[in-house]
Amino acid sequence: MPDLAQHFEELIRRASTDLYGDVYDKLTACAEAEGDTAAGATLRQMLQNADAARENSTPICQDTGTPIFYIDYGPDFRQKQVTEAAEAAAASATGKYYLRPNAVDPVSGKNSGNNQGDGFPYVHFHEMDEPGLKVRLMLKGGGSENVSEQYRLPDSRLHAGRDLEGVRRCVVDAVFTAQGKGCAPGTVGVGIGGDRMSSYMEAKEQLFRALGDKNDDPELAALEERLYGECNDLGVGPMGFGGKTTILGVKIGKRHRVPASYFVSVAYMCWAYRRASMTIKGEEVSYD
Amino acid sequence: MIDIKLPVDEETIRKLNVGDVVSITGVMMTARDAAHKYMVEEEAPEVADVLKDGMIYHCGPVIKKEGDEYSFVAAGPTTSIREEPYQGTVMKKYGVRGVIGKGGMEGKTLAACKELGGVYLSAVGGLGTILARSVKKVRTVYKLEEFGVPEAMWVIEVEKFPAVVTMDSHGRSIHDEVLEASRKKFDEIIGD
Repeated sequence: MPDLAQHFEELIRRASTDLYGDVYDKLTACAEAEGDTAAGATLRQMLQNADAARENSTPICQDTGTPIFYIDYGPDFRQKQVTEAAEAAAASATGKYYLRPNAVDPVSGKNSGNNQGDGFPYVHFHEMDEPGLKVRLMLKGGGSENVSEQYRLPDSRLHAGRDLEGVRRCVVDAVFTAQGKGCAPGTVGVGIGGDRMSSYMEAKEQLFRALGDKNDDPELAALEERLYGECNDLGVGPMGFGGKTTILGVKIGKRHRVPASYFVSVAYMCWAYRRASMTIKGEEVSYD
Repeated sequence: MIDIKLPVDEETIRKLNVGDVVSITGVMMTARDAAHKYMVEEEAPEVADVLKDGMIYHCGPVIKKEGDEYSFVAAGPTTSIREEPYQGTVMKKYGVRGVIGKGGMEGKTLAACKELGGVYLSAVGGLGTILARSVKKVRTVYKLEEFGVPEAMWVIEVEKFPAVVTMDSHGRSIHDEVLEASRKKFDEIIGD
């Protein structure tokens, strides 16, 4: 296998088996806050599982999701070459049990067996001026994807108008409706505006942000903080068993919209918030 | 912690209540979407023995194959609600006493639990690695070629598999109770 594909395989291994540090730390803090309750015990099981997965290099969760690659590439790389490396790595990582065979043809129902298929894995490119390659990978599980939601404002059921108050209502509704089904405590990415597609993309891209960061936009930062409190007040708890910890964070981004449309997209990421990134510069590769 | 050995009788299951933490040992079978559709729409004599007084696990595992031997690498529960249209029928048709999954199920399944003496148990979603450790052996697999690895029906020997009863045979469901409590909170937060 060429080197580039090997680096991609290592990135997949890290994302699938090594829970990202900020998520692990947040779960640890939540487990302490829940104390000696069913919610606390559930969170501690999640942490034990993360430890065991890291030690054994086995998947944190058997649903290793849709591999979503966001790639920034410099003049020394070509999209075709990088896409081929990502696809080859998806197949080789499946052979090493870092990934479950997860690509199913929706017409024939056949599983391709190697995580390759039409639009699978998903690869998204941005060109950059400086040489090198920056790759961000997210493994997005199906259970949490199924509870993600897109709203079209105004929404009369939620009395949600075309403003941030309307956005707030949508996000609380999505987290309430998800209950424990998306493997709470989840992290919530929100995309305001855009079209149907770009709105969801914005929501997903928000999930690449660090859990502890602060939104540059003061209005969105305030809304994130408010929603974090309100969604946790719902009391859904880890896995929907009840408790104080319903979500780990809310991340909100926006895109310009056409006057006729106002979408709010909510991308729910399960507690096993699997992401990893790598940077390649010349011969040097670093992961984090 | 209550130890449950499979196969299990109705009396033992009727004694379980929501909130009980159990540890399951014995032979069970994984089944998810394709398997449930199959078990309802066709006769599946191959699964009759393991399901009679047995348990179904909603799980699509990561599998390792060495020679002719299969083993479970990662095996947490999958979302159960997708099987709601089928579950009650499968329980009655094959005499299933327990269903293990995540996220809970609804009225038809709860009614089947009450009628037959059955329970729904929640395993913690995402515990891929540690739940696979309680799967000691893969006995056989059905429909592997046709359904693919996640959807195939894996007959497994488990030891001390941890789960919580979240729907019991007395008509109680933690999922309904949390939903109702959180609905009150939701109304407070949203106002109007």
